[in-house]
Amino acid sequence: MTTTWTPDQPIVSVKDVHKSFGDLEVLKGITFDVMKGEVICIIGPSGSGKSTLIRCINALNDIQSGSIKVEGQEVNNPDLDKLALRKKVGMVFQQYNLFPHKTAIENVMMAPVLVLKESPKEVEARARSLIRKVRLEGKEDSYPGELSGGQQQRVAIARSLAMNPDVMLFDEVTAALDPETVKEVLVTIKDLAAEGMTCMLVTHEMGFAREIGDHIYFTDRGIIVEHGPPKTFFKKASDPRTREFLSQLL
Amino acid sequence: MKPALDNRHTDLDVMLPFRPAAVTWDAGDWAGLATSRRFGLGLALVLISWILIDSASAQMVGTQGQTVWQTLVKWTPLMMFGPKGEFGGFVLNIVVSFIAMALGTFLGLWLGLGQASPNRFISRSSWAVTQLFRNSPWLVLLFYFMLLLPFFIRIGDTQIEVSGWAKATFALSLPIMANVSEIVRGSMASIPTGQWDSAESLAFSRTQTIWRIILPQCIKRMIPPWMNWYCILTMSTPLISILGVNDGMTLTQDALAAEGRSEFLIPMYLWLMSWFFIYSYPIAMLTRKLENRFAVNQ
Repeated sequence: MTTTWTPDQPIVSVKDVHKSFGDLEVLKGITFDVMKGEVICIIGPSGSGKSTLIRCINALNDIQSGSIKVEGQEVNNPDLDKLALRKKVGMVFQQYNLFPHKTAIENVMMAPVLVLKESPKEVEARARSLIRKVRLEGKEDSYPGELSGGQQQRVAIARSLAMNPDVMLFDEVTAALDPETVKEVLVTIKDLAAEGMTCMLVTHEMGFAREIGDHIYFTDRGIIVEHGPPKTFFKKASDPRTREFLSQLL
Repeated sequence: MKPALDNRHTDLDVMLPFRPAAVTWDAGDWAGLATSRRFGLGLALVLISWILIDSASAQMVGTQGQTVWQTLVKWTPLMMFGPKGEFGGFVLNIVVSFIAMALGTFLGLWLGLGQASPNRFISRSSWAVTQLFRNSPWLVLLFYFMLLLPFFIRIGDTQIEVSGWAKATFALSLPIMANVSEIVRGSMASIPTGQWDSAESLAFSRTQTIWRIILPQCIKRMIPPWMNWYCILTMSTPLISILGVNDGMTLTQDALAAEGRSEFLIPMYLWLMSWFFIYSYPIAMLTRKLENRFAVNQ
């Protein structure tokens, strides 16, 4: 089902997406594009559909209508090749969701070995370099329970990167962390963005969004109320809802 | 001088002296008592003293023949291992408990996975089978399968006899299957949904997710209730004596009948009971220990 995709086209293209849980419509026609290497931040009040939106991009939630394309592959498709999609899209969660019965390095190695059937030796070398990259050298053999929240979250990032994704989704990855450990995770994401990884973040860290984001989207009650590059978005927000939300945070 | 902090006159709850809630006993507390060391020692003491008193009285009465102890020693090989050249006795109870547990666990695992299946037909029918065998009296199941299963299986020209204890073992494995199924379903449901999400986002298949990620995390949670069911099963194996299987219970009855001395009734059954107790009590203790350890580590 994959049509030919070239890097000058949007890597993620979301068109008029509607999503309901029962009678509750949480996404009411969302449309936006993400170009390769772009970092976009989605902000908004709780319950505005931010997390649902990025879960839909990864097909963790299905959508009722509209279209989501990742590198030209349609996600809203009953015959979706989920393996192909998830090789392209990595995801990191608020609650880290590491596998508690596996060590840090095993967490990173598991998917490439079992899903991609790569040789464990090659994967291990890559996993070690990824753990170095998220600055956790020496913690390879620690179990998640022995790591702090920030360290677990960085292992989770390394675990997603091990699949060599083209797009990374971050779902409020710092929301469950202590203020001191938030920074170490943000630095890791910043490094990734600097290397040109396409990143989509749902976040409440406005300072971080302003610093790292190429484009900010503000969602409320299932629609994108306002969007723009951080400079104009944070200084000259025009919609009263955006202004109210920002005034509560900044 | 500052007045001493008087914590009796404060409107802050945290300053008030802590008073534990009134002690009420629930089922868990009774279970705790039943597996406590003190209770075990107490029971052992009662057991020993009972036998001693009884043996003394038997001697005092001056009945012909042997004392209680001599009689117990005489019948122990039969009660423990069954008649010569046959397989039976208390050892058969243990063998039946092992096989029924192994079979019940194997079947229960698949039934439990069936209950968690996304296919509605599979999950509903697994649920129905689970409920049927969880809520049937064990003795009724035993009678039912004793009569239902054939005495012989014919494979080609050879006839294989299906012994009574094999049928009884199969019947006992069914309630174990149903309860293991519930243990599997419950512990799978207790794994946070985030584990499924992250496995799915890493492109694991459902089968890989269950066997590599979910079930390994369930094992810790499953072991204590599973061991608990093993104890219950072992305690229930004397039920098979009603179906004429030569287990420890049947042979104790036989020994009593052979002796024909009614004053031996209580010591002989106590003797058999003490074997079950000695076998099960350490398992119950270990279960409790594991429960406590896993509860802390969760």
